Amino acid sequence: MGYSVDLTVVWAMIIAFALLAYVVMDGFDLGIGILFPVFRPGRERDTAMNSVAPVWDGNETWLVLGGGGLFAAFPLAYSIILPALYAPFMAMLLGLIFRGVAFEFRWRDPGHRAFWDVAFSAGSIVAALAQGIALGALLQGIPVEGRAYAGGWGDWLSPFSLLVGLGLVCGYALLGATWLVMRTDGALQQQARCLSVWFGAATLTAIALVSAATPFLGAAYWQRWLTMPNVLFTAQVPLLVVIAGYALFHQLRHGAERSPFLIALGLFFLSFVGLGISLFPDVIPTQVTIWEAASPASSQRFMLVGAAVLIPLILAYTSYAYWVFRGKVDAEGYH
Amino acid sequence: MLSHLDPLTLARAQFGFTVAFHIIFPAFSIGLASYLAVLEALWLATGRQVFLDLFKYWIKIFAIAFAMGVVSGLVMSYQFGTNWSVFADKTGPILGPMMAYEVLSAFFLEAGFLGVMLFGLHRVGPRLHFLATLVVALGTCFSAFWILSVNSWMQTPQGFTINAQGQFVPQDWWAIVFNPSFPYRLVHMVLAAYLTTALVVGAVGAWHLLRDRRNPGARVMFSMAMWMIAVVAPLQIAAGDAHGLNTLEHQPAKVLAMEGHFQSHPDGAPLIVFGLPDQETGTVRYAVQIPKLSSLILKHDLNAPLPGLDTIPRENWPVVPVVFWSFRIMVGLGLAMLLLGLASLWARWRSKLYEWAPLHRFALVMGPTGFLAVLAGWVTTEVGRQPFTVYGMLRTSASASSLSAQAVGTSLVAFVLVYFAVFSAGVLYILRLMAKPPHPGEPGIQAGTPIRTAGITPDLAVDPDRVLQPAG
Repeated sequence: MGYSVDLTVVWAMIIAFALLAYVVMDGFDLGIGILFPVFRPGRERDTAMNSVAPVWDGNETWLVLGGGGLFAAFPLAYSIILPALYAPFMAMLLGLIFRGVAFEFRWRDPGHRAFWDVAFSAGSIVAALAQGIALGALLQGIPVEGRAYAGGWGDWLSPFSLLVGLGLVCGYALLGATWLVMRTDGALQQQARCLSVWFGAATLTAIALVSAATPFLGAAYWQRWLTMPNVLFTAQVPLLVVIAGYALFHQLRHGAERSPFLIALGLFFLSFVGLGISLFPDVIPTQVTIWEAASPASSQRFMLVGAAVLIPLILAYTSYAYWVFRGKVDAEGYH
Repeated sequence: MLSHLDPLTLARAQFGFTVAFHIIFPAFSIGLASYLAVLEALWLATGRQVFLDLFKYWIKIFAIAFAMGVVSGLVMSYQFGTNWSVFADKTGPILGPMMAYEVLSAFFLEAGFLGVMLFGLHRVGPRLHFLATLVVALGTCFSAFWILSVNSWMQTPQGFTINAQGQFVPQDWWAIVFNPSFPYRLVHMVLAAYLTTALVVGAVGAWHLLRDRRNPGARVMFSMAMWMIAVVAPLQIAAGDAHGLNTLEHQPAKVLAMEGHFQSHPDGAPLIVFGLPDQETGTVRYAVQIPKLSSLILKHDLNAPLPGLDTIPRENWPVVPVVFWSFRIMVGLGLAMLLLGLASLWARWRSKLYEWAPLHRFALVMGPTGFLAVLAGWVTTEVGRQPFTVYGMLRTSASASSLSAQAVGTSLVAFVLVYFAVFSAGVLYILRLMAKPPHPGEPGIQAGTPIRTAGITPDLAVDPDRVLQPAG
């Protein structure tokens, strides 16, 4: 009935991977939703929608896997984080439901398309903002007593969590805009290029502000980031962010189509690594480590059998679907 | 406006509401997936066009029902953590992995075979397509397997120990998965799903027969549904009886609440047909009862003694009136289904299955009763498990997150509003599809349709003629 150190790390990596997969993949289609009001009704909106229609549902299932995996592998973390971030999580779920059905109903019910367009956009913005706020609230710390959340239901709201929330909205918008640069052409592509510059600047500003604020949130962050010899390693992360930021603007200015999206993905990856440096090995900052939150080895092993077989298969299918759908889209359909 | 209620009641209301909405769609899609597999098998075996037409007719409805099951399921995977965090912490090591298997198997389904089933008939050929349909039908049962195992473990927990942190930890996975009530519950639920689907299919067939009794599609679907009801309704009653005996063995308080037996009966308990159970006084007012019949049903002996709820501490009683009435609703509807099945057999014998309008009206009215019976059955078993979440081990009052009534109440109102808006739209689209009669050369799901159910292999949704050359 022992707790296994190695299995716990493996499961932490699997869940981190599921979350990263979710953030980058659902990120660009949430981004399309965030940018939706900017596009003209009709052809432009249809094209933007068509560019993500084939893949968005698969993207969202990673969120279910992340939540289910957390429950199974780290039940204590699941049972502390979700009540602590109750309001953001509820808002996120309702936002995702709304935008999810809007995808389909907008097409099935052209008479009410204007309504479903608003639902799609509002749902996307609420979901993105709520995810960012949840992350910010986790980073700023969650009071724990015994094995339960010990704060109030409004503790998640702070200038810092709002900053992270807005940052994530900008980041998703950047992913969405660069995705459109890659997948469309003509006037819509021009517009997306312009939006990429603005949201690129906003995202980099948000990353800078969040990075600057984080070490002041707690001594552990300061120690993990800024003491020797850690700093020799951790300093590479902001350095790479600066390089990526420069490359993004350079590529956008020179008319590149694919690299801006890939660089935006890189920015998310670097932010994710930064997040990992801030947190590891805690799952709830300074309160609960992954080993304290872990379920017993017998639970983790039982589940690993299924995950080891099915996750690679799912990844293979997903890659295949993206491969099939490479290339440009227009209002008529996706291809 | 809900702040005068305590957070525990609100959390229970929220879980009850979201899960009741959710269960409707899987109950339908489990049965419909199997029905589609049967239709395709009949088409392959006989080559009759009408089976293919019906397949294409029902698969459009299946796609929407499945999609709504996925959407409402997303919420369920977070409800345990947000509202029931103590329960999640304590049972996570056991229930978490089983739910992860449920998610992964559903995920795997979406990843491949569903896309082929929905869009791939002309791409992969009939045989491979039939394989995909079969796998989807099996896969829905697989999902049901895991989630019912989770639920059954909460009713009849075994195979665990409790660690120093107070968590249930697995000791024997085999014993956990195949816990005592699981086989009965699985059979009862899968039959319920089949019956529910047969009732819906029968009602749609009846609706179109009432308008045009020569429509070949309507005739075939009505006939198939009536056969199914005639066979499954008696089976379901037998399965329910076996499930009840199993419950009497492991959760006597639930069965006594279903029967309304507050008092012990040392020499044969009467069957209380109707009455008003009063939790406070522990009596059933205005009881209409048949002597000794309850002992005959539960013990298969007229004079067998049956201890009542008075042998169980009052703080361990479920809410008797709710369980008593939900059980009667379920049984009443079940008997009506049996009657429908018998009426159809009689009509078939007199060769007027397609002409006898009263039968068609009866079948039409019975259309939604499968869903009602499923919900009533779930209320019976879940309220009957109270006041525990893990029966006998963990009390409901000790399972919830410590949240303010405001937080739970606000989110409950939001769920009610959003669910009614969103799912009414979905149900409306399904009803619109059902209102159209099936006809020869029925079109399938239109290509190029952005549809949630396409899952991760949506490439099959794309019309090859519209695929342009990839750029670069």
